[in-house]
Amino acid sequence: MIEWLGVGETARRIASGETRAIDVTEAFLARIAALDGKVGAYLAVAGDTARMQAEGIDRMRANNVPLPALAGVPIALKDVLVTRGLATTAASKILAGWIPPYDATVVEKLHAAGAIVLGKLNCDEFAMGSSTENSAYHKTHNPWDLARVPGGSSGGSSAAVAAGLCAASLGTDTGGSIRQPAALCGVVGVKPTYGRVSRHGVVAFASSLDQVGPLARTVGDAALVLETIAGFDPRDSTSLDAPVPKYRDALVGDIRGLRVGLPHEYFAADLDADVRAALERTKQALADRGAELIEIALPHTHLALPAYYLVAPAEASSNLARYDGVRYGARAEAGSLIEMYERSRGAGFGAEVKRRIMLGTYALRSGYYDQYYKKAQQVRALIKRDFDKAFQHVDVILTPTTPAPAFPFGAKSSPLDMYLADVFTLSCNLAGLPGASVPCGLTPGGLPIGAQLLGKALDEPTLLRAAAAIEAAVGLGDARPRGLPS
Amino acid sequence: MTKEEVEAIAHLARLHLEPDEIERMRGELAAILEHFGALAAADTEGVAPMTHAVPMDLRLRPDVVAPSLPVQDAVGGAPEKAGELFVVPAVIT
Amino acid sequence: MSAEDWEPVIGLEVHVQLATQSKAFSPSATRFGEPPNSLTDPLVLGLPGTLPVFNRRALELALVLGVATGSKIRARSRFARKHYFYPDLPKGYQISQYDEPLCEDGHLDVIVAGAVKRVKLQRIHLEEDAGKSMHAGNVSHVDLNRAGVPLVEVVTAPELSSAEEAAELMRSLHRLVRWLDISEADMEKGQMRCDANVSIRRRGEDRLGTRTELKNINSFRFVQAAVEHEIARQARILDEGGRIVQETRLWDADVGASAAMRSKEQAEDYRYFPDPDLPPLVVDGATMGGILRGLPELPSVRFERYVREGLSPDDARTLVGERALAEYFDATVKVHPGERSARTIANWLLTELLGALNADGKSIAESPLQPAQLSELVLLVEDGTISGKIGKDVFAETYQTGGSPRAIVEAKGLQQISDEATLTAIVDRVIAANPKQVEGYRGGKDGLFGFFVGQVMKETQGRANPVMTSDLLHKRLGR
Ligand SMILES: [Mg+2]
Ligand SMILES: [Zn+2]
Repeated sequence: MIEWLGVGETARRIASGETRAIDVTEAFLARIAALDGKVGAYLAVAGDTARMQAEGIDRMRANNVPLPALAGVPIALKDVLVTRGLATTAASKILAGWIPPYDATVVEKLHAAGAIVLGKLNCDEFAMGSSTENSAYHKTHNPWDLARVPGGSSGGSSAAVAAGLCAASLGTDTGGSIRQPAALCGVVGVKPTYGRVSRHGVVAFASSLDQVGPLARTVGDAALVLETIAGFDPRDSTSLDAPVPKYRDALVGDIRGLRVGLPHEYFAADLDADVRAALERTKQALADRGAELIEIALPHTHLALPAYYLVAPAEASSNLARYDGVRYGARAEAGSLIEMYERSRGAGFGAEVKRRIMLGTYALRSGYYDQYYKKAQQVRALIKRDFDKAFQHVDVILTPTTPAPAFPFGAKSSPLDMYLADVFTLSCNLAGLPGASVPCGLTPGGLPIGAQLLGKALDEPTLLRAAAAIEAAVGLGDARPRGLPS
Repeated sequence: MTKEEVEAIAHLARLHLEPDEIERMRGELAAILEHFGALAAADTEGVAPMTHAVPMDLRLRPDVVAPSLPVQDAVGGAPEKAGELFVVPAVIT
Repeated sequence: MSAEDWEPVIGLEVHVQLATQSKAFSPSATRFGEPPNSLTDPLVLGLPGTLPVFNRRALELALVLGVATGSKIRARSRFARKHYFYPDLPKGYQISQYDEPLCEDGHLDVIVAGAVKRVKLQRIHLEEDAGKSMHAGNVSHVDLNRAGVPLVEVVTAPELSSAEEAAELMRSLHRLVRWLDISEADMEKGQMRCDANVSIRRRGEDRLGTRTELKNINSFRFVQAAVEHEIARQARILDEGGRIVQETRLWDADVGASAAMRSKEQAEDYRYFPDPDLPPLVVDGATMGGILRGLPELPSVRFERYVREGLSPDDARTLVGERALAEYFDATVKVHPGERSARTIANWLLTELLGALNADGKSIAESPLQPAQLSELVLLVEDGTISGKIGKDVFAETYQTGGSPRAIVEAKGLQQISDEATLTAIVDRVIAANPKQVEGYRGGKDGLFGFFVGQVMKETQGRANPVMTSDLLHKRLGR
């Protein structure tokens, strides 16, 4: 089945002429039409433009024009990535009807690489959440168990990849929003080093934490997409001016001598038993292949959650001030200007977004700034220091991605419970480091479990090399989500 | 956290909250902030706040003009407009 | 108490637009007077996903001002976000600088009543401008052409002590930024605007009184009027036993009065924090070196040089009032170095040339007379080739036709007659032709001397050397 070929193989077949790009796109559009009613991964399917792009690729091939790396590969985008002429909502009512006049840098790069953009994927509103239940539009279901969440905030991105509704997708990760849903849906997700991928055209949640990254069914596919979207962008003042390695070249399979750090703070007593067992098997597999397992300490780990939930809402409260009903988006009827602002924002934002705006506004008030925002940024520096020390002794750090596998809808009854679902993924963003989640087995009940790898800044190659080793040893192989036709 | 404090913050953030939302928000924010008490205990004496994930200096762009958005694109998405202008309820100074 | 018993304490916050082509953080143009919302881009509109990238020219211009005002330049300064909701502020925050501004502790000299006062500048920081809201009945219209234009905000210490000083400070800053090509500072186009913080206290008192902030003052005249009005308003309230409310007041130039805008007691909370989209602004040695190398002689330095070179302080001040005028003067001096007095050149430039230009509504840059022509003219007068009076005629002709003064003098034979024999003959002819007047003069009518001078000038079409003419007449008339 064409839909399961993955990025690399699809590109190869189209380049070689074995398969036409339009046939690949049609196959995906047909599968979306058949199955997305059950999954709910897409907010918008761009069938017409996708077909046009695919036909363009086929014409290029017919005219012997050399094809770029991802020519004809159908990819879908989290709906926080701005797309020219294609509605972009951030899964919020407040952006309903907004048609952007420009493309995000990552979207330009995908186009330049010949990728076909299938559509926009559901997520938590403004990427705030861990289950995609905060989308203002609809729920997304975990393809492995439709009664459970796909994770979030990039839940549409992980579910679409897991369900074969795109070859790969892009998500964004501010506190785990690529890795956590990747883990819950049994796919590979990579959060690159802060600054590695341009944020230009990424609807901002928390500017000092946000990064775009790939979700794919294999480490190789994720590496290929990352290679395409990474790189310096003069339109993003926080973009890193460093060459982009050939990430696929890192996937050599040899991890002999690789020093893998195991922070005990991530393996506490209350860790889910299935997750613990899967991680034990993963450790063993790495050791069997010649990696050196080293116990390390990241003593400020327990402060990551409070630091994150001050920094991220503070930045969010600022980034979301622009949604005021003046220049674009939704406006509520009102008699006065103040009322117009308050009603438009009150009606346009969902509960979690409002909660974070409130929290962030609270933390930034004059007189409270030092106590909250500044303190959180100082703690952030301590967390970074922990990593700097650890990386003097290890090459990569291994942890569970999540404390437990996918949970049922409505299971997290309080905001704080939901925040705790991200407890293992937050530190990586606070420290600006690269992280990945790679499937490392299924629970006895058949739910995927993710192993998280954290690396040194800009050392994605080592991260991906370790991920590929885990994939080869304890990955899901050909296992497909139950409940969906393959 | 008091109801008045919640209302003051909501006003600062220009967020209309219904009475039940205010009450719920009061409880939730209080619980979250209590959980964050751990931060206060952290010893951050002399630690410089980390405002950027990766240390870097600002890059500057040359002073070169690029074409503006066409006016119809600039105002096209506005909920209310008058010709080329955005329209809002009267600004009272 | 009388008004003199109150001591005003005034501080200014002056916004000056930096003369860049493109906006502070995005590439749309900064032109004035374009159709509404025609100078925008996704960032200026505050569209989702847009990011700021700072304009190098804006930094350079701000650094020039920092250096010219003797400010300390911060090697690492920082952009911060200042939050408030207003329809002409697209992002819901203004990118500004807060606790780590680019420049601090500078100074600017003002001259009031002939005395120089050095006013401390607390800070000069970079920021972006907002757009424009226009009221139209029960709605307002918003034009974002101006949004994102780069500004510096110059903040003085509260040490101005009269409305006149406040106005002088504005003039001094206006002169400086124009001199340095930092800004056109056209106040009618809003390129320079001022807010004034005004309080008064009893003379001799150390503690500052409650201050009010006067917003958006956009001419030198209005600075003076608004501050004067506010000082009087506060004095009246205190004299009547009232208290000053800390508030923002808007100056209405048409009415000549201010009205309270919004109370600062429920002060806005701007929730400043470092902008996470913009890493620290680092000023390196190479950038500073470039600024220092490119810095022209400052007006205050040039003023002192002019006085040293023999100009009157008044002329020197007029010349440094405008960079182009001072450059014109220097260029004129340079044409024939050392051969004419600077004072004479300044005289001709400031009286004749500026007079003619003013009459034509032209600026010095549009002068039809070039420095070389003015220099030649002054040389002809100073070396006695023509008289000063003839010089004025030659000036007028040169100004009209653009010709060379020397060529005009030669073509028309306007050279001064300084040959003693020639002049003696003319004087004798005049005496012989007017026996009655000679008799009257010799009889004691001193007033008739001017008659003889006039006759000689008439004979020579004004070319007779006036000093020699006078000497010869005295000699020949015998008294
Ligand atoms: Mg100010
Ligand atoms: Zn300002």
